[in-house]
Amino acid sequence: MSAAPTPKVNRLGLEVLNYKGSKTTLCAGCGHNSISERIVECFYEMGVDPMMVAKFSGIGCSSKSPAYFLGLSHGFNGVHGRMPAIATGALLANRNLIGLGVTGDGDTASIGIGQFMHLVRRNMPMIYVIEDNGVYGLTKGQFSATADMGSTAKSGAANALPPFDCCALALRWGATLVARSFSGDKKQLQTVLKTAIAHKGLAVIDVISPCVTFNDHAGSTKSYSYIKDHEEPLHELDFVPFFEDISVEIGEGEIRDVRMHDGSSLRIRKIDREYDPTDRGKAMSALEQAERDGEVLTGVLYVNTSQPTFIEQLEMMDEPLATLPESKVRPSRAALEDAMEELR
Amino acid sequence: MSTLEVSPAEPLSGNSRHSITNDFSIQVATANGSGSQTANTVLMRSIFQMGIPVSGKNMFPSNISGLPTWFTIRASKKGYIGRRKEIDILVAMNPETAREDVMKLGSGAAVVYDEPLKLNELRGDLHFYPVPFDKLVAAVCPEAKLRKLVKNMLYDGVLAKLLSIEMDEVRQALVKQFGQKKAKAAELNWNAAQAGYEFAEKNLLKTDPYRVERMNATAGKIIIDGNSACALGAMFAGVTVVAWYPITPSSTLVESLAVYLKRFRMDPETGKATYAVVQAEDELASIGMALGAGWAGARSMTATSGPGISLMSEFIGLGYYAEAPAVIYNVERVGPATGLPTRTQQGDLLTTAILSHGDTQHPMYFPCSPEECFTMSSEAFDLAERFQTPVFVMTDLDLGMNNWMADPFPYPEKPIDRGKVLTAEDIERLGGFARYRDVDGDGVGYRTLPGTRHPSAAYFTRGSGHNDKAQYSEREDDYINNLDRLSHKFDVMRSHVAAPEIHLREKAEIGFIAIGTSDYAVRESCDQLETEHGIPASYFRVRAYPFNDQLKDFIRRHSRVYVVDQNRDAQLLSLMRLELDAELIAKLRSVRYYGGLPLDARTVTDEVVKQEGK
Repeated sequence: MSAAPTPKVNRLGLEVLNYKGSKTTLCAGCGHNSISERIVECFYEMGVDPMMVAKFSGIGCSSKSPAYFLGLSHGFNGVHGRMPAIATGALLANRNLIGLGVTGDGDTASIGIGQFMHLVRRNMPMIYVIEDNGVYGLTKGQFSATADMGSTAKSGAANALPPFDCCALALRWGATLVARSFSGDKKQLQTVLKTAIAHKGLAVIDVISPCVTFNDHAGSTKSYSYIKDHEEPLHELDFVPFFEDISVEIGEGEIRDVRMHDGSSLRIRKIDREYDPTDRGKAMSALEQAERDGEVLTGVLYVNTSQPTFIEQLEMMDEPLATLPESKVRPSRAALEDAMEELR
Repeated sequence: MSTLEVSPAEPLSGNSRHSITNDFSIQVATANGSGSQTANTVLMRSIFQMGIPVSGKNMFPSNISGLPTWFTIRASKKGYIGRRKEIDILVAMNPETAREDVMKLGSGAAVVYDEPLKLNELRGDLHFYPVPFDKLVAAVCPEAKLRKLVKNMLYDGVLAKLLSIEMDEVRQALVKQFGQKKAKAAELNWNAAQAGYEFAEKNLLKTDPYRVERMNATAGKIIIDGNSACALGAMFAGVTVVAWYPITPSSTLVESLAVYLKRFRMDPETGKATYAVVQAEDELASIGMALGAGWAGARSMTATSGPGISLMSEFIGLGYYAEAPAVIYNVERVGPATGLPTRTQQGDLLTTAILSHGDTQHPMYFPCSPEECFTMSSEAFDLAERFQTPVFVMTDLDLGMNNWMADPFPYPEKPIDRGKVLTAEDIERLGGFARYRDVDGDGVGYRTLPGTRHPSAAYFTRGSGHNDKAQYSEREDDYINNLDRLSHKFDVMRSHVAAPEIHLREKAEIGFIAIGTSDYAVRESCDQLETEHGIPASYFRVRAYPFNDQLKDFIRRHSRVYVVDQNRDAQLLSLMRLELDAELIAKLRSVRYYGGLPLDARTVTDEVVKQEGK
């Protein structure tokens, strides 16, 4: 009898099993399930300690999904559209946590757009994944605020209002990593997620994630086939984690490396356009041009590795506030006496 | 104004035959933004420094500049520091309200007024003291643009002379007000006060009976507003995450807290903050942050008022059901809607007790004084973590924004209680845990904090249905078990929240039940009822909700019990109705005031006398 094969482990000695969650209850073929799988793979491959991850979500199909990955991580499924507030509070309480928010387009672009914009404005250090399908699934098929003008519902009704582009919003108002991807593009989504894990500020990732039940028909601009036909990758991406010391020759003008906070590299290979993801203004123009051309631009739209995060700005202690001992959080008797004396 | 009738009382003349010492109220009528706050604080403090119990109440508009403001100072040798309805001395600085202010006075009151207003022509039964404020201020303040601010200090000087307030105390109060850094401003104001004093000395003949005489009833006491007291309370309770959104009258609570934290809560070793304060984008975000932080193990809080409470409703339900701790200071103002943002009320009781949809119940503390704002803060933070739920500290604008004479705060002797939190070692020892299982019989499960390094530490928190292992569940039995446990938990809190304060009077057939700032009016009313009407009344001050069982005993031992409410709908009484037996409910009577001013004893006494049929 041969010995049982040694299970494959990551740099922490954990198996991929340690990154899985409970069984999904979403529809078969739902884009969100693919995203959950990518999260499991990326956190495993990056060797992130799952016990230091805190998952956050709002309300909706997307927001159910944190139960389906990273079962060793604490999760908080809050109220509709207000995940940013819960996440902000938790990450202030414990700055060592790795914050992973998963939300949908209804959650972020409609009811929660205010909180989303303020999270962006604060550059709150966390990963914010929008599972974007342009439709409310749990309430059976109403348009969301990211549905494109003219896109049709299952009933045939056309959407009359223009969409919010969550990437454009995030870009304009302060997120320091902004990317768009497609749940059907395994490699690109992996690279983007790994980059987000390596990033120190707020990473907003808008993932087009078709709803197979309510928004995958002809006439929808968020269907698998529509996205496959209209996706326009900005570049080809590769990710070299800091712990894999691979020296790669860089072809002149062809490949660009962006050094991430943790020492990893985002490797960007030009496809057919010049694109500099560190130039916010150009990123905005590219999005506007794509909108005019009816293209869905994917890839890393913008990355800024130097902007301070909200937590850095607060100049808090390095230790989590949550577990500071009484001696650090209750001032002395003399302090109270001082305060009293000046009120006499 | 022309509709006002002149009171036909007897004209006054000559020196007063008797004097009334250390028992009067002064009302200063100005326009807001005119800098009268300094003069009023100095006046109040001067009397305080002479050892006389004193209180100050600011009635101000929801406006930045130019609308009428009244500041009332009450001196009371007996220590009554609630609002007094009757005004004995009016300082009429605002031409817009001067006539009406004068017409409202009781006969025999004194009026210090700006000479050109000619208020003395309005009535013949008052003591009038005309002061040419503009002329006097021009002489002491060469800089024209500062005159508006300095002018008010003149009436401090005039009153010092009229009421025999020692000028040394005025000077000291000024120094206290301005501190060492603003010595020049203090000097300018001091000159104005002196000019007022000298003017009164040379030109005014005292005819009213009111005067101040040094006592020794304020030694060691402090003067502080309730919001600052809550701030100190939260800081000494060990608050670590504060999320808030500005709203009158709670804004100064967090502003004061931020100043104290910066001073007392920077880690001496690293120079880094042991706290985070975030001004959120709205109240929905501030309560969300507080709950997120509480969930992750911080001692977290927010502060707000009526409209903010309404906005927080959804999140509070999540906090209740998912069992995340946070402390919410509700500095109540007058609702509904925007209401009267700068007036006081206890109008959020019912809303707060069951805030959010579905079956919810929330504990509340009712501090009545700055001391209790301080001590109950520690209790509230401990309760929130011990019972893993949002806890409300209910104050009001009167307590929060007015300056109060108070005893210095006691240092919290009880160690901070972080509640049932399991560490990785605990989990290793126990071999796992079920987040919502009632292991100890008190309805409170054990929790772990995110970031606990044990493979069995994590659980999934949700506002949707869950079983005791925190797994998603829509099962009937799971839902009912959970709701029943939460209800039991709330019941257990009865013996953990602050006990009532009970004053029993001999032979009292009637009793009072009240909360918070109603205390001052009720205690004074008890004395009025006994001395003026021969009606002894006992008093039960509820200090927290859920109600303690002693409430029933108190109602049982009295024939009629007057429940005092600073709201229209008798909300405190209604809250009791929800859980008392019919025979006890039948004994309850209602005394209500909801005009937006601090409750006064006379209103309470008159209503009780009326209902008693005396």
